[in-house]
Amino acid sequence: MSKPDESDYYRQEDLLKLDWRPPNTAWMDTPVDIRPGSFIYPGKAKNLKVLDLPNPRDWAVTDDDWKLPEGWKRTVLEGMAERLKRYRTFRIFMDTCVRCGACADKCHFFIGSGDPKNMPVLRAELLRSIYRKDFTALGRVFGRLAGGRELTEDVIKEWFYYFFQCTECRRCSVFCPYGIDTAEITMIGRELLGLLGVYVNWVIEPVANCYKVGNHLGIQPHGLADTLEFMAGDIEEATGIKVDIPINKKGAEILFVTPSGDFVADPGIYTCMSYMLLFHELGIDYTWSTYASDGGNFGLFTSHEMMKRLNAKIYAEAKRLGVKWILGGECGHMWRVIHQYMDTMNGPADFLEVPQSPITGTVFENARSTKMTHLMEFTADLIRHGKLKLDPSRNDHIRVTFHDSCNPARAMGIFEEPRYVLRNVCNNFFEMPENTIREQTFCCGGGAGLGTDENMEMRLRGGLPRGNAVRYVQEKHGVNQLAAMCAIDRATLVTVCDYWAPGVKVTGISELVANAMIFRGENKRTHNLRLEPIPGMGAEEGEPSDD
Amino acid sequence: MNILVPLLGVGGLFLLGLLGAAAGMQWLFGILLPYVALALFLGGLIYRVISWANIPVPFRIPTTCGQQKSLPWIRQQKLDNPSTTLGVVGRMALEVLFFRSLLRNTKTALVDGDKLAYGTDLSLWLGAMAMHWSLLIVLIRHLRFFTNPVPSLVTFIEQTDGFMEVGLPVIFATTIVFAVALAYLLYRRVANPQVRYISLAGDYFALFLLLGIGMSGFWLRHLAKTDVTAVKELVLGLTYFAPSVPDGISPLFFGHLFLVSVLLSYFPVSKLLHMPGVFLSPTRNMANNNRAVRHVNPWDYPVKVHSYEEYEDELRDKMKAAGIPVERQ
Repeated sequence: MSKPDESDYYRQEDLLKLDWRPPNTAWMDTPVDIRPGSFIYPGKAKNLKVLDLPNPRDWAVTDDDWKLPEGWKRTVLEGMAERLKRYRTFRIFMDTCVRCGACADKCHFFIGSGDPKNMPVLRAELLRSIYRKDFTALGRVFGRLAGGRELTEDVIKEWFYYFFQCTECRRCSVFCPYGIDTAEITMIGRELLGLLGVYVNWVIEPVANCYKVGNHLGIQPHGLADTLEFMAGDIEEATGIKVDIPINKKGAEILFVTPSGDFVADPGIYTCMSYMLLFHELGIDYTWSTYASDGGNFGLFTSHEMMKRLNAKIYAEAKRLGVKWILGGECGHMWRVIHQYMDTMNGPADFLEVPQSPITGTVFENARSTKMTHLMEFTADLIRHGKLKLDPSRNDHIRVTFHDSCNPARAMGIFEEPRYVLRNVCNNFFEMPENTIREQTFCCGGGAGLGTDENMEMRLRGGLPRGNAVRYVQEKHGVNQLAAMCAIDRATLVTVCDYWAPGVKVTGISELVANAMIFRGENKRTHNLRLEPIPGMGAEEGEPSDD
Repeated sequence: MNILVPLLGVGGLFLLGLLGAAAGMQWLFGILLPYVALALFLGGLIYRVISWANIPVPFRIPTTCGQQKSLPWIRQQKLDNPSTTLGVVGRMALEVLFFRSLLRNTKTALVDGDKLAYGTDLSLWLGAMAMHWSLLIVLIRHLRFFTNPVPSLVTFIEQTDGFMEVGLPVIFATTIVFAVALAYLLYRRVANPQVRYISLAGDYFALFLLLGIGMSGFWLRHLAKTDVTAVKELVLGLTYFAPSVPDGISPLFFGHLFLVSVLLSYFPVSKLLHMPGVFLSPTRNMANNNRAVRHVNPWDYPVKVHSYEEYEDELRDKMKAAGIPVERQ
């Protein structure tokens, strides 16, 4: 018998009984239904203590009493007042919504669940109703008629439930005529909850790990060295190439930063192995860092302050090691932080140089202040200059589609670089339907700290639009792999594809690059980096040979 | 409740203006309240915009809706993902004049029980464009009451707008478009279950107000055929701060004018603030040049970090054992 945290607990025909019509009771009168499989466990006291966060305690989401701190109501209202003065976004997004409903069916959680409070507009109204009551004249006088309501403990529970049912993917903000960005609303909502010590453990434990040890998984420096050694072993087995593993190397030209998910999780590890192969083949003078061993930043899912606290390591380490510039691996939310926050929060990086490819000489002008370049920009430039020897036919058994990850799509607009790379390393590339890619891409359903198994029902529901589009290309074009340049995708889309489009595997783009690359001194490539035999390369099932 | 109260409210306000004027309070509804409303509108709007503008934008967070500027051989989508001020001006112009984001609108449907489909849905975009643009033209047409002589542009727009040459006085095309668009937006708000669910009294109030103003205007021009010269005399008097109420103006006009006064006063405390708000929305009005040009947060403050020195102190033995270089032995 499976449990609510396992995907086979849910029957597809049940999840597909989609009813987007709202209930008969007004939303303010509809209590939140907290059921197993649709919420995330609370942050443990020990993690809050590591980070000096308020009100560390043990509690459960299903408890009646959440042990909110003394004077919690004042804390929340003062927190709102402060943020209304600090963030123009917050204030304008509170004031300008006209409730046109254009955002309603743009949210993957609304599409997959039919819960009206997952319509972005209502998610914002959860906060806006309190704003009206306590910060606007009309709301004070007319109360509910003006859309205001009292702040109660039930409101806090509702906030918790729905602000952790938003992946901050920003798809709704593409469609909003005023650019109202629910990610901003959710971020502020989570900050306010944080003032009361209301966190989820799936976010706050990685944050505590990252703060203390340098990465979300809590891999200590010697553990990271072991992990990379182990990967180097597999690389040698697949390709015959022995790669160096530079760690905390002072004076290296480039600091390489990637999300820590790629150190341990299948299939992220193959992406990580591919980075090492690429740098080895090009002879790039780079280094890993154990202190800045995560570009991912769950602080983004906690508070602006926490984002800054975790992100500070990257520039600090670049300075300590004396590198010239920073290269970043395939990650989604990491790139939101790097692209839109890092320079502002922890810059200026005036001790670094404008990134320049040591291979092609290309100066990455678009990164001249931040001094950090995306690996796909770097790789696309290499291919454009003919610096990689590629045999895309090695990937001929792969029919690949590309999932635009939310943050690189809607917070950067890095659309063509990965596609250019993919088309050069694969002969069979197929796009998903146009309303599900690029700036309209659908979230994996597990971003922003929601990708944990106890949240399985919502992950499957939220993953439905993406999974459905994958199944479409699977049936139409025989697609059997989905490439994504995001470590969270590489973890969560495995579940989504297994459930909604079984048979489609997930990969990073770099993995396809490395499998297509012809390395100097490589052995006969009969097996890919997963040590699976490559069809048509003359390998029998089994271990690769040494010749 | 959310529909009935605003409907009765607008109806009541109209009657209040009409009956008040009929009872001899024309100076109140024709002079004093319009001045008060205009003061509230201008004062409120300026106050709102200044208070918004005074709030910092700590981070540069545009929503990018097209290809970024990166390598020279990759074509940037300069309007949907601008990296320069000129690009931002273009993006904002598309947003403000043509509702670019709404133009993307899609409708989600479940086909065959298990396939999601997303179709282009232009109905809201069309309704919104029709309503806003016809409202703008109606407002421009009204300038003939405020000016003497009437600028030729206003006359030109009026003549063009009356191209159908139906009725006496002619019925303007925008009158019809405005009414139909508002009726559609109202219908949509009630008929679409999701939109009805999220709608507040204020959403209906704004629609009923605009409908009430439009309908009373139509009544004045085409049915009551009020004394236009007298109305113009009143409006010109207001414009030149020499107000007087001439005889012969239908009380209906004061109902119409009172609804306009209510709309003006309501504007700065309502969702109608989306008009100035769209210009200040940081996801739309900022250039995506984040990594090229540093954005400064004016209230940035130092935060507690776990420094490398602390980190190495805690883990030095393990690092040394694994052969990882350390700062201090």
